[in-house]
Amino acid sequence: MTDLPLERGAKSLGLVIDLDTCVGCHACATNCKEWNTSGISAPLTDVNAYQAEQRGVWFNRVFTYEVGGQSANARTVHFPKNCLHCEKPDCVTVCPTGASYKRAEDGVVLIDHNKCIGCKLCSWACPYGAREYDEDVGVMKKCTLCIDKIYNENLPQADRVPACVATCPAKARHFGDFADPESNVSQLVRERGGFDLMPETGYRPTSKYLPPRAGRNGALTALAPVETQSPTGAFLRWVDRILTR
Amino acid sequence: MHPAYSVILFTTASGAGYGLMALLGVFAAAGLLPATTALGLAGIGLAAGLIVVGLMSSTFHLGRPERAWRALTQWRSSWLAREGVLAIVTFAPVALFALGWVFYNTTAGLYGWMGAAAAALSVITVSCTAMIYASLKTIRQWNNALVLPGYLSLGLATGSLLLVALTLIFGVFTQTYAILALVLLAAAFLVKFAYWRSIDREQPRSTIASATGLGAFGSVRLLEQPHTEANFIMREMGYSVARKHAKKLRAVSMLALFAIPAVLMAFIAAHIVSGVAATFCAILAVLSAGVGVAVERWLFFAEAEHISMLYYGKPA
Repeated sequence: MTDLPLERGAKSLGLVIDLDTCVGCHACATNCKEWNTSGISAPLTDVNAYQAEQRGVWFNRVFTYEVGGQSANARTVHFPKNCLHCEKPDCVTVCPTGASYKRAEDGVVLIDHNKCIGCKLCSWACPYGAREYDEDVGVMKKCTLCIDKIYNENLPQADRVPACVATCPAKARHFGDFADPESNVSQLVRERGGFDLMPETGYRPTSKYLPPRAGRNGALTALAPVETQSPTGAFLRWVDRILTR
Repeated sequence: MHPAYSVILFTTASGAGYGLMALLGVFAAAGLLPATTALGLAGIGLAAGLIVVGLMSSTFHLGRPERAWRALTQWRSSWLAREGVLAIVTFAPVALFALGWVFYNTTAGLYGWMGAAAAALSVITVSCTAMIYASLKTIRQWNNALVLPGYLSLGLATGSLLLVALTLIFGVFTQTYAILALVLLAAAFLVKFAYWRSIDREQPRSTIASATGLGAFGSVRLLEQPHTEANFIMREMGYSVARKHAKKLRAVSMLALFAIPAVLMAFIAAHIVSGVAATFCAILAVLSAGVGVAVERWLFFAEAEHISMLYYGKPA
């Protein structure tokens, strides 16, 4: 049934994404594609892969925002976005087939590709744009939190983390159990003021984002525009006077 | 939102079909329509035909239509599943109602009750269709209290135009049907007018600031989208072709869906036209409303702004 689980288990798995350290390199998106196009979600179809009008399925997409506009505090923020494995995921309850479900034991939101009819209604119900349609297979696909990696006993314990987390060179992505108050992710959220995306929608995302830190010395000092700087030294002032005439 | 033609055809055709079925059920059960084989065959056949065409077309936009039966299983949580189940359940009383009317030439007793049941289930099925859209918190233009009344009133109004044409063709027309069509058209017009006013005045509930959580750091503007080419989310949720023509299209739909059919119904009701001319006017009203309701449904999709597009720097 696509009802949400009545009794949730002990775990609540998700990611913490650090908007302070993310450098926007797209390695998470690339490694996600690499792992998931060969795992249980395979294939992550690419149409027109080597020509114009490419269309493909990605579970993780990296946006870049300008924040603060023209102010002295203006900054560029790289913003990776994937499924947040919500506690109240309408994408699950709208599913007419039972293909979408939220696991009781760890809260991971998954799709059974053998049941999905490709009606796309779940993508309409997701505020975060996290579900994509695989036009070649005719079913919806989404981030599985690398379910076939995090529980994979054939891998060393250290590798049992989602592909995006394993590959991040800036350590901007953390994986853990939000139900455990002493887990790495819970501590990060507590210490750094982790927040929900679009809390007003009431989906209660499990995964959290960490805000950018203030600049190293607080706010950046505004630089004077180059053309208004007056020349220094007698010779340059004389040249400036001659040329300005 | 991208308007899939199959979904527009489905919701408008099945809406009119269920509207006609509901009116036939009520009027026949009340003994106001003669239980002749020809009228029953044409009336129920037309209503059921529109419903079946609609239901069939709704499966065209599926990625795996061969699994469509699975869409009936999750009625406990999904309005789409409820719609599917009720659409099928409705066929049971419709079949018995048709049996009585077409083969036994009676719409009284059990068959009358079946007509009433078909009417009730038709209304509930259209309500489920509307709730698929109205229950989505991600699209404020759909998550609106006037969406359900809009679907119901438009289904009944377009169905009533079909009823007028049908009764004129079979020579069983009374003024009541034209007046009923006028009342239903007026009701649908008021609902649609209020709906457009409501979505135009409402402020967006989410912004790029709340979507990214970066509002505390100043204004947020998209600098680079994730990929150089448009993706599924942008194509499905970011449709904006009709949005820029929304005003003109609203006028077209007002004219074709409400004004022209209403004037024609007034001519028929006031006996300004009669006989073949009246039948011609009724068919013209049906065709005009058909165009109007298709434009209206296209706008319903095209004007809907999905909040996931905030991440792509678009309004929602």
